[in-house]
Amino acid sequence: MSKTISIDGQAVAFSDGQTIMDAALAAGIYIPHLCHNPEFKPHGSCKLCTVKVNGRNVASCTMPAVEGQEVLSDTGELNAERLVLTQMLFVEGNHLCPGCEKSGNCQLQAVAYYLGMMSPHFNHFYPQREVDASHPDVLLDRNRCIYCELCVRASRDVDGKSVFGLSGRGIGTTLVVNSTSGRLGDTSIAATDKAMQVCPTGALLVKRRGFAVPIGDRIYDHLSIKDHLSIKEVQTGGDHE
Amino acid sequence: MEPCEFPDIEQRLSPVLQRHGADASRLLQILRDVQDTLHFIPPEAVTCISSHLGIPRDSVEGVAGFYSFLSLQPAGEYRVLFSDNITDNMLGNRELMQYFCNKLWVEQGRVSEDNLVSVDTTSCTGMCDQGPAALVNGWALTNLDQNRLDLIAELIRSRKPVADWPPMLFEVVDNIRRKDTLLGDAFESGSAIRATLTRGTRETLAEVDKANLRGRGGAGFKTASKWTFCHAAVAEEEGSVICDIGGNPERFIVCNADEGEPGTFKDRVLLTSYADLVFEGMTIGARVVGASKGFLYLRGEYRYLLEPLEAVLKRRREAGLLGDNILGEAGFSFDIEIHLGAGAYICGEESALIESLEGKRGRPRNRPPFPVTHGYKGRPTVVDNVETFAAAAKIGLHGGEWFAAQGTPQSTGTKLLSISGDVSRPGIYEYPFGVTVEQILRDCGGDDAHAVQISGPSGTLVSWQEFGRRIAFEDLPTAGAFMVFHRKREMFAAAHNFTHFFAHESCGFCTPCRVGTELQKKIMDKIAGGHGTPADLEELKHLGGILGSMSHCGLGHSAANPVLDTLKKFPGTFERKLKALAFEPAFDLDGALETARKITGRDDEWAHL
Repeated sequence: MSKTISIDGQAVAFSDGQTIMDAALAAGIYIPHLCHNPEFKPHGSCKLCTVKVNGRNVASCTMPAVEGQEVLSDTGELNAERLVLTQMLFVEGNHLCPGCEKSGNCQLQAVAYYLGMMSPHFNHFYPQREVDASHPDVLLDRNRCIYCELCVRASRDVDGKSVFGLSGRGIGTTLVVNSTSGRLGDTSIAATDKAMQVCPTGALLVKRRGFAVPIGDRIYDHLSIKDHLSIKEVQTGGDHE
Repeated sequence: MEPCEFPDIEQRLSPVLQRHGADASRLLQILRDVQDTLHFIPPEAVTCISSHLGIPRDSVEGVAGFYSFLSLQPAGEYRVLFSDNITDNMLGNRELMQYFCNKLWVEQGRVSEDNLVSVDTTSCTGMCDQGPAALVNGWALTNLDQNRLDLIAELIRSRKPVADWPPMLFEVVDNIRRKDTLLGDAFESGSAIRATLTRGTRETLAEVDKANLRGRGGAGFKTASKWTFCHAAVAEEEGSVICDIGGNPERFIVCNADEGEPGTFKDRVLLTSYADLVFEGMTIGARVVGASKGFLYLRGEYRYLLEPLEAVLKRRREAGLLGDNILGEAGFSFDIEIHLGAGAYICGEESALIESLEGKRGRPRNRPPFPVTHGYKGRPTVVDNVETFAAAAKIGLHGGEWFAAQGTPQSTGTKLLSISGDVSRPGIYEYPFGVTVEQILRDCGGDDAHAVQISGPSGTLVSWQEFGRRIAFEDLPTAGAFMVFHRKREMFAAAHNFTHFFAHESCGFCTPCRVGTELQKKIMDKIAGGHGTPADLEELKHLGGILGSMSHCGLGHSAANPVLDTLKKFPGTFERKLKALAFEPAFDLDGALETARKITGRDDEWAHL
C-alpha cells in the first residue's frame, strides 16, 4: 500500500524516507526552489520551497512526507512570500542579468520570472565581493553567489575535494575556497567537476563557453522553470549547451 | 604567494594541538587558544590546524570566520569590546567608548597603527546589572567610567599583560535581591543524587513529571517529556529511530549556558554561586536518561568562570559525585566537560549549540530529527537550560509535589529574573511564577517605568497599560530578562538597538533571516537618521511578516518582534522621527560627500550640498 499526502488538493504518493519535495518532484509538481537538487542531501536554506503543512510553514525539501499531510504550495500568499525572498537574493548580491553569461540558463533568473518579479523592490546593498579569475578554466564571481552550498556539497560529496566552504556569518557570509592563498587557481578544482555543474546562478562558470549557445536559445528562454522541470529532472546548472 | 609571517607556526601551535589531540570536535577550542596566543588566526595557522585535524582548510576557515571573538585578520594585542546592549547605551557606553578611542588615538573598528589595540562593540555581555561593561581579550570588565578607562588605557600603553591588571577592574558581583526556594535554601552537594539513587530512576523521572517542570530557556517544553524521549530513543548511524527503553546507546546531557539573550544574566549568577546545584541537576538527568557524558556549553563572555567551574568539577570528582560509580553505585558513570563558545548568540539555539560543540559553525540544524533522538554526534541528547538543571536538582531532593506547590498550574516552581535598566536595584530576583510585572517593578524600584522588555529582544515588549500581566507560560513566558525603561526613554532607540543585534547575530544560513534582518536594520537606520517615511513603517511590518513565517529558526522568527511590538504599543516614538513625506530615498547625497570632506580636510559651507 503506498502512502499519500495531498499537495494543493492533489493526492500524491510517497514512500518512507521521502520528503515533501521528493514526492512533489516525482509527481511532476513544481515547488520553487534554489538550494535543492535531488542529487544532493537537502539543505533547506533558500526557503523558496516553503509550503504550508497543516497550517504551519515548513521547508518542503527537508520535511519528511507523513501520511495524511495537507500541503499547500501554489497559493497566492506563499508565492508572494517566495517573490520577496527572491528579491532579497537579488538585492543582497550584485546580479547583472543582461550581461551575465548564465542568462537564460540561470535558475535564480528563471525563478524570478516564474514568480513574476518585476523589480528588486528593496534598495540594493551593492556589496563589495571578490571575483576570482585565478583558475585557467574556471571563474568564481562571488557577486552572484546565493549561498545555496550546492557547490560545497558537490565538491565534498561527489568530487571528494571539498574545494568550497562558507565563512563569515550573517550578511557577511562569504564563499571561501580550499587553498592557502584563498584563490581558486591554487585548488584542485577542474572544469569537469560536479561542483561546476550545480551552481543555480552565474557564480561558478566554466571559462570560454559562455556564449556557445546564444542567448535566446537557452533553457529558460523557451520554457518556464516549472515546465522545464516537469519535462526533465532537475539538471540545469552549468548547462551552457 | 604572500610572504609567510609565521614560518614557525608548527612549533608555536604544537602545545595547543597537543593539549586538544587530533580531535576535530575540539576545533573551536583550538581556535580560541590560537586567538589567545597570536591575537588572531593567521592563514598559516588555518593550514596547520587543517592538516593536524585532517579536515579541509575551508572548514577551519569557516569556523574561524563564524564566531565574533575569533579574527582572521590581524587584530590588536589588546582587543577591547564594549558591550552594546540597550542597557549599556542607557548607561552611556557609546560616549565612554568614544572617550576611550580618543584617549588611545584609535578609530572604532580599526586596529591601531602600532597593532597595539583595537576598540569596537559587541553584543550584550551579560553584565547589565553592573554596566557599562566590556571585554578585554575576552575577560569581562564591569562598571566602566572615565576613571577606569583612564587606568585601562594606561595599562594598555604600558603593555601590561591582562592577567596582571588590578582585579577590581574584573570584579563581578551576584546582586541577588530576592531569594525563594531555588536560591534560598541551603543545598548540600550530593544530597539530590543520593535521594535519586534511593528513589530509583523511573521514580525520579515520575517526580520530574509530577513537578511539571518546564524548560527555563523560554520555550517551556516539559522537561520530563524531553528526558523520556531521550531515554527511549535508540539512534542509529543513519535513518530512523526505534523507541525501546531497553536499548543502551550512548546519550549526552548538555547544559546550555550560552546565555546570549540581551538583558539576561541569571545563568551567570547560578554558575558563580550555585554551580553545584547545576552540576547535580545534570547528574540526575544523566542517571534518568542513561548518559555517561555531559557538556556545559559556556558562552565566551563568561570565560572568567572557566577555572572556578573546573575547580567545582574537580571537587565533585574527588567527592565521588562525578566519574565512575558515582556515590558507590556500580555502573553509574558520568562526567562533565566544559566547552567554551566564542561570541555567537545563535549557539543558544539547541541544534546550533550542538553543531558548535562538534567544532562546527553554529548553524541550526534542519528538524526533524530533533536532538533528543539525533543530537551530539547523532546520538540522543538532552539540552536544557542552566536554571532547568538547578530546578531538577531541587526536585530530585524534595520531590515533584513540593515543587508543583509553587507557581501556577501551567508554570510550576519559581523563576529567576535578571532585572536591569531604569530601576534603583538591578540584579537577580527569584519569584514564584504568576507574579505581576507591577509587583516586580515595585520591588526593584522601577517607579517611573513606562515599558518593560520581557525575555529580551526576542521576547515581548510590555507597556505601562499592561503592568498587571503575569510572569508565567500562560501569559508572559520568559527566559529571564527584564529590562525596564522609564518615561523619558525613547522606545525607538531600544527597537533600533535590537534590530542591529539581530542583524549582527543572524547566522546567515537562510535567506529571510540573513537578508531580512539586514534590510530591517537599514530601514531603522534610515528612520533614525531622520529620513523615514510612513512607507518605511509599512515595509517594516511587511518584513516582520516574512521573517516570522519563512525563517529557519527562532532567531529569524523573533527578529522582528521588537519592531512590531514597539510599532504597536508606542507608535508615536516612530512617528516623531518620520519626515512627513510619502517617500524619501535612503541615499543621502550630502552624506556621500563625507569621505571627500575627510580627505580634503574641508568642512566649510561649500563642502556641503
